[in-house]
Amino acid sequence: MYRIDFNKLRFLICDDNPHMRRILRTLLHSFGAREVYEAEDGATALEMYTHYVPDIVITDWSMPIFDGLELAQMIRQPESKGNPYAPIIMLTGHSEKRRVTVARDAGVTEFLAKPISAKGLYQRIMNVVANPRPFIKTKTYFGPDRRRNTTNTYIGPERRGSGEVEVLQQPSLLEKARSSI
Amino acid sequence: MAKDKPGTIEVKSFGTHHVITQPNPLRKMLLRVPESDLDDPVGRAEKALAGLSSEFKEWMTIEADRLSAAHATALREGFNDKTREELFRAAHDIKGDAATFGYPSAAAAAESLCRIIEHAPDLAAVPAQLIAHHINAVQAIVRNRTKLDTAVVAGVLSKQLRGIADEFLTHANRDRPEHLEAILAPSIVPGE
Repeated sequence: MYRIDFNKLRFLICDDNPHMRRILRTLLHSFGAREVYEAEDGATALEMYTHYVPDIVITDWSMPIFDGLELAQMIRQPESKGNPYAPIIMLTGHSEKRRVTVARDAGVTEFLAKPISAKGLYQRIMNVVANPRPFIKTKTYFGPDRRRNTTNTYIGPERRGSGEVEVLQQPSLLEKARSSI
Repeated sequence: MAKDKPGTIEVKSFGTHHVITQPNPLRKMLLRVPESDLDDPVGRAEKALAGLSSEFKEWMTIEADRLSAAHATALREGFNDKTREELFRAAHDIKGDAATFGYPSAAAAAESLCRIIEHAPDLAAVPAQLIAHHINAVQAIVRNRTKLDTAVVAGVLSKQLRGIADEFLTHANRDRPEHLEAILAPSIVPGE
């Protein structure tokens, strides 16, 4: 059985609502995290991201200056000096299909709809820690593989072209880890 | 704590894309523990959240007052980008936070208001009472929560408001299929 050693994880949370930041901070500290940095807008979050190099980013969508979506897009710059691979968990009141697709296409790793729960947040963190997806770079996208399964049966218009697709296996600890929840 | 350098990044190139893998930098954060391990981080977090609950009423009051203030400004100045944005942001925060704070019906009323703001073709053409009823409902639910019978009443109130709002939006967007689809589509995101 596996658990996350939160003690070693560094988080950056970004939400313009102070109450939600307090909730997030409380949850993360209760999980065992010690390093939790907070930003109340996207611009500050980007600065903190570069400065503190967090392991995981948790961001709201709607924020002043620039929003969580733009923050994700700025982090997912393959040529940037910072780490473009950090997991991004989008925690938001938006839960429409269109929004989820837009967030996914901006390079968001996990999506968690409010209202937040301890279990929901823990599961998303477990997902990004235990089961990272490979990154895909195309002309228009850089971010975690948007496919959640590895079947090759999809033949629709969004199928990536050019021959055989090789699926690179990641260490699959997720199922074992889930049993600890 | 993100101090180890990431491992070697492996890139496989295809015609239209590259697949990039790197050794999982967070793998070392996974600890193998015996089955008998009784640590319960989720339970611990839920307890901590419960410990905060004494502050939720005050937080909700602040959020509801912010919504009312945004509405008052919109009434005074009319709907422009700024007043619309602030009203939406205040309603959206309540939609996201209120259920966590123990006010699910306030969240539902706020969600209904968000849909009106997001999908009405012209916010100035929305019946003023429809918006006002949503604001008043949120205030009433927050202020009267301690009364024993209000949970049921609040739920019915929110549901009725949503029904009226959806009826209005469906009619107002009858020639805007992309909005109609969004209005009628169910949420697809699991909460947990």
